[in-house]
Amino acid sequence: MKVLLGIGGSEDSYHALERTVERAAVADDELTVAIVENPNSDATPEEIETRVRNQLEAANVDADVRHVEGDPGSSLVDLAESGGFDQLVLGGGQRSPMGKISIGSIAEFVLLNSHKTVKLVR
Amino acid sequence: MKRERLYPDDPAGPFDAPTVEFEDREERTIEIRVYDPDGDEYERLVEMYTEFDPADRAQGIPPGREERIRSWLDTILDSECLNVVAWHGDEAAGHATLVPDEDAYELAIFVLQKYQRAGIGTHLIEALLGHGQASDVEKVWLTVERWNRAAVALYKKIGFETSNAESFELEMALRLN
Repeated sequence: MKVLLGIGGSEDSYHALERTVERAAVADDELTVAIVENPNSDATPEEIETRVRNQLEAANVDADVRHVEGDPGSSLVDLAESGGFDQLVLGGGQRSPMGKISIGSIAEFVLLNSHKTVKLVR
Repeated sequence: MKRERLYPDDPAGPFDAPTVEFEDREERTIEIRVYDPDGDEYERLVEMYTEFDPADRAQGIPPGREERIRSWLDTILDSECLNVVAWHGDEAAGHATLVPDEDAYELAIFVLQKYQRAGIGTHLIEALLGHGQASDVEKVWLTVERWNRAAVALYKKIGFETSNAESFELEMALRLN
């Protein structure tokens, strides 16, 4: 399967990375990782890229890693369609101190606007 | 989340601190007390949440299985948190909690289905805020699903103001002290 993972540096996006890379190794997915600028995260694109490359290397998975500029949600939706991806994967939300899950603004936009199948990872 | 949360300028209330006793609209005698970690109240709360209707979950809480209920309760019944429980005899009918989050507290309230629509929620949240006020809590916030009009109306009546309306869930905030 041709999979696009969007990652912006929040905790849940790293969790989605881990699970998506694990799955790619087993299922032989064709994986692309798109690094976006999440306004709610302090991580720089370079820090994110380092973590992505380490994860890929550890699992011995080959993937195309690219940086996406501009509005993260709409860029991911566009890329998923123009790149002929089967599935767009994102982190499944952050938990508050209470344990309540909130879905991030990028995931919210993607869920409502994507014509491709979207997967949120918990 | 890096966004700054806005709070009302003036404190809400004042609210009466527990213990509070009243008769609900079904003529049941309900007593609201601060949670006591030493007796069997923990197990009574596990029973309440095991019985909780999954349709009344919000944003993933309360969790579904007993094992997860226990680990979630361990987090929110920690000594840093403020908890009050509504009792009908020795059955837990409802529970409300304030969980510290940096300089503020996150609030949540749960009423067991057979005790809903009897006025317990209003007393429970007022007692929790009374407990918070007496414990020098300054700021409280919560999230609520925007379709849950009854809850939003209750929070507004208590003094909560909308602090963020841009996400799936409505975020509301209140000042206590």
